[in-house]
Parts: sequence; C-alpha cells; structure tokens
Amino acid sequence: MSAPLHGLVLAGGRSTRMGHDKAALQYAGRSQLERAFALLEPLVTRCFVSVRDDQRNDPLRARYPQVVDAAPGLEGPAAGIVSALRAHPQAAWVVVACDLPFLDAGTLQHLIARRDPTRLATAFRSSHDALPEPLCAIYEPAALAALEQFISGGRNCPRKFLIQSATLLLEQPTAEALDNVNTPAELDQARSRMSAPTVAPRALNVQYFALLREQAGRREEVVTTGAATPRELFAELASRHHFTLAPEHLKVAVNSEFTDWSRPLSAGDHVVFIPPVAGG
Amino acid sequence: MSAFRFTATPIDGTALRAELIDTHCGGFTCFEGWVRDHNEGQQVLHLEYEAFEALGVREGERIVREACEKYGVTRVLCVHRLGDLQLREIAVWVGVAAAHRDEAFKACRYIIDEVKHRVPIWKKEHYVSGDSGWVNCERCAAHSHDHDHDHGHSPGHAHDHDHSSHG
Repeated sequence: MSAPLHGLVLAGGRSTRMGHDKAALQYAGRSQLERAFALLEPLVTRCFVSVRDDQRNDPLRARYPQVVDAAPGLEGPAAGIVSALRAHPQAAWVVVACDLPFLDAGTLQHLIARRDPTRLATAFRSSHDALPEPLCAIYEPAALAALEQFISGGRNCPRKFLIQSATLLLEQPTAEALDNVNTPAELDQARSRMSAPTVAPRALNVQYFALLREQAGRREEVVTTGAATPRELFAELASRHHFTLAPEHLKVAVNSEFTDWSRPLSAGDHVVFIPPVAGG
Repeated sequence: MSAFRFTATPIDGTALRAELIDTHCGGFTCFEGWVRDHNEGQQVLHLEYEAFEALGVREGERIVREACEKYGVTRVLCVHRLGDLQLREIAVWVGVAAAHRDEAFKACRYIIDEVKHRVPIWKKEHYVSGDSGWVNCERCAAHSHDHDHDHGHSPGHAHDHDHSSHG
C-alpha cells in the first residue's frame, strides 16, 4: 500500500533574477501561486505551500496551509522538500514549483498515474536537457533519509539528488509544460506565448513626448488593446507608428510614475514611453 | 511652493535667489545652464524644451529631497525652462543656500547631475544648417537601425549620453 499523497507548492524562493516575488506574478489575472495551488489541490489528499519563516504572514501565502522551512542553513527548494518530508513523514509529496506558467493538470495527472512508490522519487525527464526535473516530481517517504544524507554532505541541488537516487524518470506528455520563468524577459516571453488572449481588449490612454510624439503624429491617443504589459503595448504601437527608438532606449511610466515593462496594465491606465532625456 | 518646478517664461535668477535667503544660511551657490551656440560640431540657432510635467515634478522633488538628506541642506530650488529658448537664455537654474559652503556646492552639483539624467525633459536643437534633432534620441534611433544595442542602455537606468548644450 503506497503512502498518501500530499501536495507542496514551492513559493519560498528569493526571486533574485526576477527582482520581485515570483509567486505574485500574474497571468490572466491570477498569481502564479494561486494557479499552481488550484492545479495541484484536487489531485492530492492535502495541499500546502512551502514558505520561508519570514514569509508566513505574507498576505499571498497566509491564506494557504503552510510548510515552513525548518532546515537551518539550507537554502532553496531542497529546504522546502526536506521540511515537508520531516513534517509529514508518512506522506509522499507531489512537489511543484510555483513558477511553471505552462504546467497543466494533464501533466500532473500523468506524473501521479505513473508514480512508482517503490522508488525514492518519480519525476519527468526534462524536454530540454534530459535531466530529471526536481520541481514537478513525487518524493516518497523513503526519500527523507536519503535527502537528509545528501544535504548533510553540504549539497542542496535537488536535481543532483534525483540523478543519484533511485528515481523513475518519465517522458513529459507536453514538452513546454515545465518551462519556468526566472527573469523579466522570460516572463514577457511566457505571457506572449500563452495561446489564449490573456487580457480582454480595453482602453488605455497613451501620451507621447518629443521624438515619439513627432513620429506618432499626435500628443495622445486612446488605444483599445489586449496588450498585457507596457512591453506588449510598445511593440504594438511601434509597428503602427514606425518608432525608431527600441524599448531598451526607453523607460516607461504608468499613471505618472516610473514602472517596469512587465507591469500588468488595466483599463484607463495612462501610459507614457520616455525617450532618452536631455534636461539641463 | 515646490522646490522643483517648470516655467514657460524666462528665468530670473535674482528673483529665485531671493526665495532662498535665510538668516540661518552662511552661503549660497547657484548653477545656471545656458543655451550654447554649438553642440557636437553643429551650430545651434535655438532650442526647444519639452517635459512630462506630472512625472517631472515628482522626480525633481525626489532629487531635491535626496540632496537635502545627503548633504543636510534645507534651502534648495530648481527651476527648468520649457518651450522655445534663444541663445544666452537660462535653461535650468539650481540654487542652494546652506550653513556652510561645502554642502551647498555638493548639493548643487548633485541636483544638476541627477536632473539631467532622470527628469523626463527633452531638448530639440535647431541648427544653423536648417536641421534639427532631439538630443540623445537620434543617436539611439540610428543605433536601433544598425541593430547595435551594446552601448550601455538598459531599461530602468539613466540614459547616459551627455551632449548637453552647456556646462
């Protein structure tokens, strides 16, 4: 008889490359964390979010059952996995990173249906490099002792742990399902790759200055668009107005404050693309 | 009145200086940016300044606050001209009064440097040749066409070209 299956959504990362909390990134109006949790919860007996101690009361995370990192000195996903195995040693864990925007229920069902409880883990072989994908995988109760030994040797890479363990490796049913998103550029790519339009068209107010004003032939316009972010909006307007400045030369302001190119745009937002400045 | 503002009319440095006079201050320093007759090998006839005023005032006030915190000065004013400017006119005026000269000089330098790099103000130069161009923009645009983006711009950073018409 195999161990009951619990779910663990990893949301304790420091998001250093993204620059802000990855769990809160939104696709189609829903945070990555909400999305991952909603996918996993129906497939497991209990579902938790993995958090660092200082994230327990974060509003995004506080509403979920939590497994708090309890592995002093250990950083990264291994801390979350070992903390879950210690907290509920009778359970096997489906571990899912929160930053997999293309993860689908079919992929998770495939993993669970082919689980081999006699191994330490069941995981997918990456469609990119054929190595095990540790952050969409099942860890059996017996993995705890092996993982404890692995980290006691000063190691913390869960992928290396799976490589050296008795892991059942499965082929991914959908090649891109486990593509993750670590940088603002990857986030933009992911958003534009989403097949369904993620944002219903709505009206945005765009104001132009200097060279962009001259090239657009107007000071302002109301643009009805499904562009989710300033980057997508600029791409749309650049092709319409034949702007000669590339986005890397511009900054962007929404509602009269500087912001980043991946910020979601809402109906009625006032958007200004800022060419290289030359005051003084 | 805000310590950073825009004006569409000529800047009167003497009047602005009077706003800063304070018996607690032992020194005053000022920087004036003037419209110069040449830039990058072109003879300049006149200039046009344009600003995104709502954000410009916010960013300018942030810069003044930073200077006050950094150097402990209290009497600061920066005024930037907009519209069409002729040679010899004042484009930007920064004044700082302080208890001692050292912090006044440092704060003044800090403010003008930051204003040039951060405040959304654009300058169009009109040349004797009949040509005109947006300073710092045309070069970027030319580079875009060449697919040559490796000259240090990245979103979220100051635009680092510095082809000012003065100073």
